[in-house]
Parts: sequence; C-alpha cells; structure tokens
Amino acid sequence: MTDVLVVAELTEGQPRKTTLAAVTFAKQVAEGTGGAFDILAIGEGAEGAAGALTQYGARKVLHSEVGGGYVSETFAATVAKAADGYGVVAACASSYGKDLLPRVAAKIDAGVASDISSVEVDGSDLLYTRPMYAGNVFGTLKITTDVQVVTVRQSEFDPAPEAGSSSPVEAFAAEDGGEAASKIEVLSLEVVKSERPELTEADVVVSGGRSLKSAENFENVLEPLVDALNAAMGASRAAVDAGYVPNDLQVGQTGKVVAPKLYIAVGISGAIQHLAGMKGSKTIVAINKDREAPIAQVADYFLVADLFDAVPEMTKEVEKLKAQG
Amino acid sequence: MKILVPVKRVADPDNANKVKVSGDGTKVTSDGLEWKMNPFDEWSLEAALRLTENGSSKDRVGEVVLVSIGPKDAVQTIRQGLAMGAERGILVESDDDSLDSHVVAQVIAAIAAEEKPDVIFFGKQSADGDSNVAGTKLAEMLDWPLVNYAMAISTDDEGKSFTVKRELDVGQQTLKVQSPCVFTSSDRILQPESVKNGVTPADFAYPESEGGRYASLKGIMKAKKKPVDEKSLADLGVEAKRVNEYVKFDLPPARSGSTTFVESVEELVQKLHSDAKVL
Repeated sequence: MTDVLVVAELTEGQPRKTTLAAVTFAKQVAEGTGGAFDILAIGEGAEGAAGALTQYGARKVLHSEVGGGYVSETFAATVAKAADGYGVVAACASSYGKDLLPRVAAKIDAGVASDISSVEVDGSDLLYTRPMYAGNVFGTLKITTDVQVVTVRQSEFDPAPEAGSSSPVEAFAAEDGGEAASKIEVLSLEVVKSERPELTEADVVVSGGRSLKSAENFENVLEPLVDALNAAMGASRAAVDAGYVPNDLQVGQTGKVVAPKLYIAVGISGAIQHLAGMKGSKTIVAINKDREAPIAQVADYFLVADLFDAVPEMTKEVEKLKAQG
Repeated sequence: MKILVPVKRVADPDNANKVKVSGDGTKVTSDGLEWKMNPFDEWSLEAALRLTENGSSKDRVGEVVLVSIGPKDAVQTIRQGLAMGAERGILVESDDDSLDSHVVAQVIAAIAAEEKPDVIFFGKQSADGDSNVAGTKLAEMLDWPLVNYAMAISTDDEGKSFTVKRELDVGQQTLKVQSPCVFTSSDRILQPESVKNGVTPADFAYPESEGGRYASLKGIMKAKKKPVDEKSLADLGVEAKRVNEYVKFDLPPARSGSTTFVESVEELVQKLHSDAKVL
C-alpha cells in the first residue's frame, strides 16, 4: 500500500493543468497498491487553489500559504514536512517540479525518478520508466530509499478527469525555509500570456525553425497557419536563439516536450535535441526544402517545398476545409 | 571570484540515436561514439569563464576549477575545459556504473567543503541521463540557495551577490541571490550580453554561439601544464551508494510506418484529412 502526495503547481493563485498529470500518476500508484493520494497546494493563494482541486478523487487536499513568490528554498521545507507518512511525493516534470522536488528529496533523503513516462506496480516495487539520451533510450528504475520522489512527463500522463466526489480541504502549517531561503529573493516574475492553446496541452502544434528568417515571418507567414488550425506555436532552439520568438516556445530536450495529435515542423531540420521534444506526437508533418533533412526520420508526411510558398497555401487549404465543415 | 564547474563526459549527444542497448537489456553502450563534454556543462563553463574574466582584454580576474567524476579517461574532458580557459582540475576516480545524481551531489558537496567556492555552476542536466537532479540536490546538501535555468547573470560586488534572470515554463523570473550559491544554466546563457561581472566593459558583447568558446591553440598548449589533482571517493569520505537502481534499458519503439513524401500542399491537406484524420 503506497500513499502518494501530489505537489500542485500554482500560478497566480490557480492550479496549472500540469498538476492533473501528476494526479493521474498518483491514481495509478494508489490504485495499483491499494493506497490513497492527497494533494498539497502551496504558494500564494493556496487555499483558493485547493478549492479548485477537490474534484479529482484525492483523500484530502492540503493548502499551505507561502508568500514572496516561488523559489524552491521557501517551498521545500514545507513540502518535506508534508511528505511525512507518504511513500511517494510527485509533481509534474515542469520547470517547477524539476526545480522543487530534488530539493525536497535531498531534505528527506529520497531518490528521485525524474521526468518519467510510465509507472508499473510490480509486487511491492514501483518501476519507473523514463526517457534518457534525448529520448533514444528508455531506462526502467527502482528507487531504493523509503520515500520516493517522482516527476512525471506531462505529455505521457493525461490530465485527470473530475471524479464526481468532493475531497475535504485542510490547512497545513508552512515551515520556515531556513538558511538558504534567507539568501534568495524574488524581484519579479514576468508571466507569458497567450491567447493560443498552451504548447504542452494543444492538439495541434505548428513549429518554425531558423529558415523562417525573421520575427516578422513568424508573425506573417507562420501565425496565420497556427491560428487556422487553432494550434499552439512552437519553435526550434535556433529560432529562439535568433530572437524570432520568445524562449517559452522552444520545443526540445531543453524546452518543452510535446505530444500533440498533429505536429507540423516548418523549416526545421530536426536536430536530435529537437526530436527529443516532439517525436511522441501522433502524426508528424515536415515542410522543408531539403528532403534529406533528419526530420524525415520521424516525419509521417514530408512536403518538399519552399515554406514561404507552402505555408500560406496550406493556410488557405485548411480554411477551405474548415468552411466545408 | 572562485567558481567550481562540474563537467561530465557523455557519448556524443549529436549522435544519441546511435547508442545501443546490450542484448540482456542491462547496459547502454555507446561504442563507436566519441566522448564529448556534456553540452549543458559546457554552457555553464562558458558562463563561469565570463564571470571570471575581462571579456574585452581576456585577462582572468577569478578562478574556475573543474571537477569530473569518472574513469581515468575523463581527464580528457577536464583538459578540454582547461584549454577553454579554466585554471585547474580535479578528477574524482570512479566507475561510471556506481554513480547516480545522489552520489554525484555528495561528491561535489565534499569537494565544495575543501575548495570553498563562491559559486558552483552545474549543467542543468546531463545529455545522457537527462535527470536534472544533481545540482538541486547539491544545493540542499550544502544549504545554499540555487538558481536553476539561469539565462542572464550580473554582479556589481565581485560575486558576493548576483541578480539572475531565469527561464521557467510560465515566463521569466528575476532573483537576487547571495553567494555561496549554485547555478545551472539555460541555452540563453550563451547570448552575447548574458553575463555582466562589473569588470568586462558594460557595452562588450560576446560573439553569437551555440556552445562554449573554442579552445585556441595557445589554450590547448597551456592546458597541458595546468594542474589536475586526482582523488578517490574514499579521499573525500563519500560512500558510493546509489539510490536509483536501473533494472533494464530499452530502445524506443520505432515510429510505425515510413515517411510519405507528398508533392503538393493540396495532397498533404487531403492526406491529413482522409488518411491520418487529424484535420
């Protein structure tokens, strides 16, 4: 019997959808071992966020108000204290989960399975499978410490559906962050806002590479296709480095990992580091002048064409198709 | 300013699709692939070098100490970093199989106790294990503050404190942190004006680059004479006790089907609609 504590991710007092990937993992472990799972909402506005997390089948939802903006130093002590009595502490492997949970693990002497793609209950063991080598090898591991800390890959764990029951909410007293917390302070957080679907949650992702040549071309050539498909927009590292689009659009080994139903790579050659972030997509389309580009290794459909001709034409075709219903 | 930079050798990450798994699934083998410095460590090393030099005159104004944990051959990775400009190296000899993020963090914590650096600049992850854990565990073991995914760093008091901008999934966060501290870096730390150390002229810009700086021939020659200490885990009082035990490795399932080359946009959209049913 293994009980799981899910650490919710909050932004501006609301739980992010990443939390629901961790809840799905927690349910799998709880159901597989005959245990239960609880959720801890921590940060500014935690009580309100806890209220928004009562519909997912948790035994209880804890909330702990910690102010001053998020840093692992101020959150970890509270999470570590809350972790007492649980077999597994879990969060989504977002930048938040990957920043916070290893610090929690070090506090409670736990091993970490990072960015897992699946979990299997094997007798009394939990076996975690995770991508390594930029997704070119999958390793399966056991953690040998009493408490196990896990971050889960959002694209591999569907968001938990509402369960139809209501979990009780309880306050949990925050712990002082101690020495390290006294040496770091948040000056500001610029939250990126977009009208488009979130990259990690969209059914369709259209990504552009350096061949788009400018920020203006992203806007005038690529964005109409993105919007015609009601897609999220992504980019290769090269396009982000060149300053064509903001950092948070980067797809890859560094950046976001996406697995939409349809991924369209426009002018992206397909470096291994980019493939690591998108090769789990169901259908992959490449639009590229070079038919030898490595993106062909993963592409289901490949249009050899100049993107400046093909993308506006595709936008029109998609709109035509939509008009036909 | 003294900065400790852990560097790991990894199988050539640009050819990671050529790594193999042994027949019994117990080992990953990278035969035929060159060893390279973990690119994420290389970014952090580049940032550490920028923090400890006058970027314009290239005069060194601080010290960068490299640490690698691995077999004797790992000294090549240290030499590469010395050729880029670091002052000295420490090789902690160990069998690769007895390491995990937990052991690595313990080893670096033990080195930090001896070296007393102002900053430990870790790679955010290794390109082979992809865990993103060791730097953060280390910070907690030392009870130091940590900034993961740093994209811009500045100091105006010679490294007693830093203003750091970092990349998060939800946006960018700016932090003020007192040293000693731990950093890891994002890709953006390589941008021309990402590091301001108060010594390099404020208007100086580094060249655009996708990785760390190249070693000059002079740098390579000098690196041969720079000191590299060798230590064992026992010297550091670390017992290599892994907490993660890998039971098997698999290659990912191949993507089903082959690539269909299409001739026109019309054909592409038609196939996505009728065959793949994604439009």
